[in-house]
Amino acid sequence: MALARRIIPCLDVDAGRVVKGVKFVDIRDAGDPVEIARRYDAEGADEITFLDITASSDERETMVHVVEQVASEVFIPLTVGGGIREMGDIRRMLNAGADKVAINTAAVFRPEFVREASDYFGSQCIVVAIDAKQVADDADGNPRWEIFTHGGRKPTGIDAIEWARRMSDYGCGEILLTSMDRDGTRAGFDLALTRAVSDAVPVPVIASGGVGNLQHLAEGVLEGHADAVLAASIFHFGEYSIREAKQYMAQQGIEVRL
Amino acid sequence: MSTIAVIDYGMGNLRSVAKAVEHAAPQGTRVLVTDRRDAIFDADRIVFPGQGAARDCMRALREHDLVDVVRTVAGDRPFLGICMGMQVLLEHSEENDGIDCLGVFRGKVRFFGTDLRDEGGRRLKIPHMGWNRIHQRRPHPLWADIEQDTRFYFVHSYYADPLEDDLIAGETDYGIRFVSAIARGNVFAIQAHPEKSAEAGLRLLRNFTRWNGME
Repeated sequence: MALARRIIPCLDVDAGRVVKGVKFVDIRDAGDPVEIARRYDAEGADEITFLDITASSDERETMVHVVEQVASEVFIPLTVGGGIREMGDIRRMLNAGADKVAINTAAVFRPEFVREASDYFGSQCIVVAIDAKQVADDADGNPRWEIFTHGGRKPTGIDAIEWARRMSDYGCGEILLTSMDRDGTRAGFDLALTRAVSDAVPVPVIASGGVGNLQHLAEGVLEGHADAVLAASIFHFGEYSIREAKQYMAQQGIEVRL
Repeated sequence: MSTIAVIDYGMGNLRSVAKAVEHAAPQGTRVLVTDRRDAIFDADRIVFPGQGAARDCMRALREHDLVDVVRTVAGDRPFLGICMGMQVLLEHSEENDGIDCLGVFRGKVRFFGTDLRDEGGRRLKIPHMGWNRIHQRRPHPLWADIEQDTRFYFVHSYYADPLEDDLIAGETDYGIRFVSAIARGNVFAIQAHPEKSAEAGLRLLRNFTRWNGME
């Protein structure tokens, strides 16, 4: 009897609409975040993460309404990432019904923001999102990863594992770790990266980037030591349901909420 | 018409709690999110949520002049404490170098520690975040139609350690076995978040919105 490993579907939202084509046959409006969230909840999702990829700040308010609507109907934890830059952004999302916010670029820009946000709102609602890419090995031939911002486009020169440690020291309650090398490839998580970060920090780590099948999800936990696994496309296109994913993980000896 | 007051003392987002209670309550129930003393005194049932640190919670209760109100309503009508709203019912918390709490029940709030391990010796993450089982120690109206060892959503680094064993309504394993629900008379309090615990959580809230405060 233990804590269940979590399965978290992730939805990219642009100006209030889900993008990257969610294709459920029995969903009327594949772009409606509320309908999709409701569907994932019914399938047994442990949490839902929304990534706001809206470019224009005028339309950011739309995300608030999306969260309000989802939180009125879906009673599992909701995380919102994308565009969280200041305390006011966090307050707005929490008041709308989000349980956690994911901070990425703003943390790199000003690490103290994570400390202030955790102190003020509580660690439980502050997730630090880390986008990492493998770089040249260190002098001893060990793999190294650095963090990138702006959707993986801008290198920072910061070591991913040191950064994860620092962010957890600053009080974040969780780390959402995405391998930019694997994101979108469907080749599986970067397990070495996932394990290195997960073993380095006291807080839970969500593995993200690269899931193409159910075995990848199980590997994230068994080999990557992740506390939760996040995926988008394998669920969106109806290849696998969340329930199938959980049943598969349970068969691999992983504790899940069924 | 029955009224449920969700006590709002500025500690975190109460929208989810209020929405879930509305969803679970019988039609026509008024759900008020409020810090007004009179509105809390007038309510038929009380939900006492809370998140964040113990120091901030106790300070916020004092600033909103709600300490005596919470103590009073915890003594005389159906009362549901959630998360920090459970912890501060005890006498003292280890958090923030030691904080005196409401003392509705005897006992302390303790830190999980930084070296918590499972049976296999693997280090466990803090906060305890995610879905874990609650073992119901005894029947209670709020457990009605909830299976033994059902999973609820938790997120916390401290846990309640009541002095009196008969307070314990539920227990959960995370490196240690800790008390995840307490109950006595008109009070039921739970460490997990029923408002985020899908079907099981809604069931518990539904039971609460129909509970007369008797065991």
